[in-house]
Amino acid sequence: MVKKILLMGNPNVGKSVIFSRLTGVKVIAANYPGTTVEFCRGCIGSGASKVDVIDAPGTYSLEPTSPAEKVAVALLERAIEEKDTIIVNIIDATNLERNLNLTLQLLKKDVPVVVALNLWDEAKHIGISIDAEALQSILGIPVVSTVAITGEGIKELVTHLANAKTGEYHYVDEERWHEIGRIVDKVQVIKHKHHTIGERLGDLTIHPWTGIPIAVASLFLLFFVIRFIGEGLITYITDPFFDSLWAPVMMRISVLLGADSLLHKIIIGQLIDGSIDFGESFGILTTGLYVPFGAVLPYILAFYFVLSVLEDSGYLPRLAILLDNALHAIGLHGMAIVPMFLACGCNVPGVMATRILETKRERFIAATLMSISIPCVAQTAMIFGLLGKYGARGLLPVFVTLFVVWLITGNLLRLLVRGESPEIFTEIPAYRLPHFPTLMKKLWMRIYSFLREAVPFVLLGVLIVNLLYALGAINAAGRAIGPLTTWLFGLPFEAVGALLMGFLRKDLAVGMLAPLDLTMKQLIIASVVLTMSFPCIATFMVLLRELGITGMIKAGAIMLCAALLVGGTLNLIL
Amino acid sequence: MGRISLTEMEEGSEGSVTSIEGGHGLRARLDAMGIRPGVNITKVSGQFMRGPIIVRVGTTQIAIGFGMATRIIVEV
Ligand SMILES: Nc1nc2c(ncn2[C@@H]2O[C@H](COP(=O)(O)OP(=O)(O)OP(=O)(O)O)[C@@H](O)[C@H]2O)c(=O)[nH]1
Ligand SMILES: [Mg+2]
Repeated sequence: MVKKILLMGNPNVGKSVIFSRLTGVKVIAANYPGTTVEFCRGCIGSGASKVDVIDAPGTYSLEPTSPAEKVAVALLERAIEEKDTIIVNIIDATNLERNLNLTLQLLKKDVPVVVALNLWDEAKHIGISIDAEALQSILGIPVVSTVAITGEGIKELVTHLANAKTGEYHYVDEERWHEIGRIVDKVQVIKHKHHTIGERLGDLTIHPWTGIPIAVASLFLLFFVIRFIGEGLITYITDPFFDSLWAPVMMRISVLLGADSLLHKIIIGQLIDGSIDFGESFGILTTGLYVPFGAVLPYILAFYFVLSVLEDSGYLPRLAILLDNALHAIGLHGMAIVPMFLACGCNVPGVMATRILETKRERFIAATLMSISIPCVAQTAMIFGLLGKYGARGLLPVFVTLFVVWLITGNLLRLLVRGESPEIFTEIPAYRLPHFPTLMKKLWMRIYSFLREAVPFVLLGVLIVNLLYALGAINAAGRAIGPLTTWLFGLPFEAVGALLMGFLRKDLAVGMLAPLDLTMKQLIIASVVLTMSFPCIATFMVLLRELGITGMIKAGAIMLCAALLVGGTLNLIL
Repeated sequence: MGRISLTEMEEGSEGSVTSIEGGHGLRARLDAMGIRPGVNITKVSGQFMRGPIIVRVGTTQIAIGFGMATRIIVEV
């Protein structure tokens, strides 16, 4: 009885897109090897004919070399044991030969297989044609051609699941590549095409003389696009909405509640000069809504739009190669920029993505570094909001400090953490024009998960902050720890509440600094200390899972020491 | 004609892999990506300061760390 379908294949062949097509469950797909690092479940059919579908990380062979690949191979082993699983082996039609290597290994296992020849459109586009029927009769298992992003061939794939068969293709292991060569000769015809302009341009981005200037220029461009979209949305959409539509409603409620009631404190917060200030009032419906929707969401949108374009274009692995040497300085290799980029959005997927790195040492260094010195986009947006009015004079010190911390801490970790760091070894996927509907789906997914997972936390946070203030707990904490933060960081007692709240949500914590009338210097120090000190609870949980307890304790101690040291130093030199 | 390592190959030139000087682990990793003795390989580009070497094997482009690349011996 078939109960499960396991999607297996080389990295970056479209497994996750096919998974989403089959199950309707949305998962992230991107044009670089190693997007999926943990399996994901969904199902198709209903009632008695319901089957689980599992999206696995990609793997080049059944001998895993990274934790992500281990996950895939472990899933296969379970499938073979339980005898209730069909393997859908997804193949990149533009790389038939290399992909068949895994297919032939799968055919030796006692498990039914169906092959999906995906990226069929791309193969046609570059002049590769494959005789799917011939391949089917050679391998003795169903072969279906598919275009995952448009859904072409997915129905046929589902119908052919019923015909899945255990492989009967026999060969000697040592002869595998010869065998593959013979198959490819029989089924594939490559029309020789001249280098396209796209390929020529593509080569320019990888040669160091041209590639490095292009990389620097594109990173600047990306930053300005993010800033442009983010600020644009705030200035023309969210601020006008809050100021002219939401504020009057809040004023009504404020009058209804009476300015001195506890309920007013919680819901509306403080009136500033008799009116509502969305940055400072600190009620659930004022600041509580403004922080996630007014200040952070515009940047989430801007950042993830740009990141998604970057991911789907195929530029990330090229950037990884150009930056490989720089990352050696911190004990990592080039592909570590993938988790670092993801961490700029949110540290949680960043830490998860460290699974594409091969050794424990690399994963510890990468995860610790990102939680120390990479603020998530929500926090960055709030820092922009707070320090933006001072321009580069206010913003640069924060981000330059964090960058320097990243470099120095990374260097120290490279010297201190024992273990191996292997070299980069990665496939460079072809450049592809991002498929717009797929891109929008991905963007929506990320926004939705922010709305679902972050917004409730922010609202809860505002509630907790107000209750703790009302109970006097924050002031008590301020009196207890305040002398230390004043002496070390030059921050007033009131800032202690914000530093503590950083554990819940960093964006909210930065927001708590707004009503305190801090100087530019104090804001800079507080922003840096908040980023570095301790991860937010969501990041803490993944760190704990990925690094284990001892790893987490080590990482936590490093963070705390670094934060104290850097905060103190800034206080002295600024 | 001569046997050199990938790192010594000229950019844009093509060669045939003759041997891989490493243990089972290295050979298996390279093999899974289609790099094995007998295969034709084109060097696309190197990077500054012993950075990764980029090669093309069949239709795939692959980046290989410098150290690893010194162990891939090619006949040009
Ligand atoms: N043109 C085209 N693009 C596709 C097709 N299938 C997937 N893609 C794109 O190829 C890229 C890789 O797709 P993923 O689904 O992330 O691949 P994956 O196999 O899950 O990759 P890993 O999780 O890294 O192993 C994405 O950018 C997709 O949008 C297809 O049939 N045609
Ligand atoms: Mg995937």
